[in-house]
Parts: sequence; C-alpha cells; structure tokens
Amino acid sequence: MPSFLDALKSQVGRKILTGVTGVGLIIFIIFHLATNLQVFGDVHAFNEAAHALESMGWLLYVLEAGLAIAFLLHAYVGISIWWNRRKARPEGYEKYQSKGGSSHMSWASRSMIFTGIVLLVFLVIHIDTFKFGATEMVTLPGGEEARDLKGLMLSTFQQPLYAFGYTAVMILLGFHLGHGFWSAFTSLTMKHNKYSALIYTVGVIFAVLMAVGFLFIPLYIYFGEGCEAALILCQ
Amino acid sequence: MADTFTVHLKIWRQDGPEQPGKLVDYTLDKVNEHMSFLEMLDVLNEEIVAEGKEEPIEFDYDCREGICGSCNLVINGRAHGPKDMTCTCQLHMRNFSDGDTIVIEPFRAKAFPVIKDLVVDRSAFDRIIEAGGYVSVKTGSAPDANSIPIDKTVADTAFDYATCIGCGACVAACPNSSASLFTGAKLAHLNRLPQGEPERKKRTVAMVEQMEEEGFGDCSNYAECEAVCPKGISISAIAEMRRNYVKATLAGTEA
Repeated sequence: MPSFLDALKSQVGRKILTGVTGVGLIIFIIFHLATNLQVFGDVHAFNEAAHALESMGWLLYVLEAGLAIAFLLHAYVGISIWWNRRKARPEGYEKYQSKGGSSHMSWASRSMIFTGIVLLVFLVIHIDTFKFGATEMVTLPGGEEARDLKGLMLSTFQQPLYAFGYTAVMILLGFHLGHGFWSAFTSLTMKHNKYSALIYTVGVIFAVLMAVGFLFIPLYIYFGEGCEAALILCQ
Repeated sequence: MADTFTVHLKIWRQDGPEQPGKLVDYTLDKVNEHMSFLEMLDVLNEEIVAEGKEEPIEFDYDCREGICGSCNLVINGRAHGPKDMTCTCQLHMRNFSDGDTIVIEPFRAKAFPVIKDLVVDRSAFDRIIEAGGYVSVKTGSAPDANSIPIDKTVADTAFDYATCIGCGACVAACPNSSASLFTGAKLAHLNRLPQGEPERKKRTVAMVEQMEEEGFGDCSNYAECEAVCPKGISISAIAEMRRNYVKATLAGTEA
C-alpha cells in the first residue's frame, strides 16, 4: 500500500485534494461576499465587520494560514494537472468537438487553468490593494479606532481600471465555480444519481450568484455618480 | 444504385510510429447509405489498391458487431463518430450526407502511440488489467451456477460496468487523455462482486498506479468520456474508483 503522502500524490489523491481545497475556498468566498455586502448596511457595518476580523488575533492568523495553504495547494494541483495533460497528448487533433449529451464539456470546464491563473494573479493584486492598502482611520460607534476599508473600497472602485478589472475577474470566477462546484462533488467520490443534474444546476446558480454579488459592488460604486447617487454607501 | 453519394475524406496517414503523419484528402463517390463506416473505408481501400499508387489505409477492426472494442476512429472530432452508444463499426453512412467532408484521425494519447495510419497501440489498457483486473478463483472445474448468492441489483450493476469493451474512446475524447473511465469501469465491475472482494484494495491501488505509469492524464470531471462511451458507462465508475482508493489507502493494510 502506498504511504499517505504517495496516495495524495496519485491521480486520485490529487483530485481529492483539489476537491477538499475547492470546498474550503467555496466556503471562504461565501463568507467574503457576506462581509462585502455589509457595505449596503449601516454606515459603519462594513468597517465594523472588517475590524472584528482583524481583532481576532491568533485565530485570524490560523485562518489566513489555512486559506493560503488551500489556495496554493489548489493552484499547484491544478497547474500540475494541466502540465500532465500536455504531456499525455503530445500530438493533438486536427478536429475536435464534444459529443454533447451527458458531457460537461463547456467553456467553463475547459478554461479552468486560464480562469484559475487569472484568479491567482488577481489574488495577489487584491491582497495588496485591500489588506495592505493605506487607509485613513475611523472611530467606530463603539469607540475603537479602525481602518477605513470602506473608504478605501469607495475610492478604489471610482477608478475605471479597478471597477472594470474586478468586474471582469468576477465573471471569470463565476465560470471557474460553474465547473468547480459540480466537479468537487465528483472528485469527492459522489456517484452519479438522481441528484447529479440538480447539483450541477445548483452549482451554476451558485456561480452566477457569487459572480453577480461580487461584481455588483464595484459597478455600483463606479456608476453611482459619486456620493450623491450612492447615498447609502457614503458616510 | 439509387442511394449512392459522395463524401470527401481527410484521413490521417502515417507510415510508422516514428514518421510524421498528415491528413490526406480522398473523395469517394460510391458511398451507399447502408454501408457501415468501416465498409466505406474498405471500398476506399479497394480503390487505392486498384490504383496501385499507395498503400491501403490501415485501420483496426475485428468483430464489426460493436462488442470487441477493436475499432477506434475519431470521426469529425468525436471518438466513434456522431451517434450515441455506437462503435465505429456500427456507425452507418446514412448518418452522413452527400458532399460531407469527414475528418478521420486515430485515437490520440501518448499512452496510445500510433503504429500506422489509424492504428494505435492500446496495450497500455492490457497492462492496467494485468495490474489487478482479475479475481482469485479456484481454477478447477467450472463452479456451480448460483453457488455464491449475489443480489440481482448488484449483479446487474456489475454487468453494466462489465460491458466496457476497452476500446479507448474515453481516453481519446478526454481533453486530458485520462483513462479513469476505463480503469474505473473495470474496478467497479470486479470490486462490487463477492468474487472480487478479496483483492479489492490491492486491485484498486495497483490499477490506479498502473494507469498513471502508462502516461494517461488526470481526470478533470469533464464527463466527455461518458458521452462518447459506446457502452454508456457512467462516470459513477470514476467516483467509485476514488472512493475505493481512499478506503484502501487510508486503511493502510495489505490486501
């Protein structure tokens, strides 16, 4: 029998790893979107939510480390699968088309490596912009001093490059999730049954909801004609 | 004959494993809608032989009844052509129209090297079977039927997976050239029967390892394999392979 590490490195192990990390990342983005949507809540809600996260101390570091490992493993395995694919068929077809029917071949499934790499590059820029971005300090109703991340968000997305760049990447995130959500179930050994089609549909709906949820914020800010129209966003 | 029509063919010609190949154009005007796809190629070969300028086109076949798994062509970009649950040999020319251009290529994968023209070496599949696709039965006289009681649904499902003819279309159609559906089908067949139970863990690990060693790619759950499979094998086989692999490796015991 192979050791645990060798089993993880096998084709089956790599798939399980992709699925497990993928599910972790899906849970993360659900929380991320829920936090983002706080900008539409009370004036201080978003900054309070961000401040609560930053005040978690060591637990935050544990979560961040877990998240970093999940991202890196997911990306590493994905890239290695793509690399193996190139080796496994050195000479391609002159003509190739999907048979349709029960196939899940789509732009989403065939572009996982492209959408994945875009998301990886995006992640670096995103963390640099928001996690390490310079902000003013605000005083929350509770009296604590906190980073004005909401202000940073508003000023960032008034720049067209950020507003439309983020929107484009979030559409790609939607495609990545469109295949990824369903794929995770199969990777984690769920057999085809009467629920398979339902899970695929739920995955697509989930992907659209996530993409629309995330891209709504930059577009709303950009097209909000400044603070007059986007009153609820402005302090 | 009233029903004959003309097709334009672009067929992969390659002299040997090491020689470069290319698509060569042929036009065949004696196509009958009742011909099978392979019979159409037979007619073309007769013309080529009669002309005597080049060697006839090599392609694989044996039973021509859709049960041996020998015929293997990628027709217009699809393994076994346009019809569902149909081998190349069972595909009829009535599925094509007058004036169609048909591109015919071999199954492509590093693990399926081209021998000549449209013939590829699929012995990688045999080696996956050798790695664990057997059961430890007493090799004496034939055992009594029904001496081992098996639930009908179990037997039926095992049979569904046993219908895999090992043609390799799953590999040919997979963008990653993965052999997961083939390997999964063999495992799903043998692992669920009492006769296959003794080697279940060992078999699963050995066949998964052999599949990778042969140079097949990873599965990315495209499910294209299920769509092209002439026997309609479900990708549940792949999920089951993963489940058995996890059980075998986490348990960590021999056999």
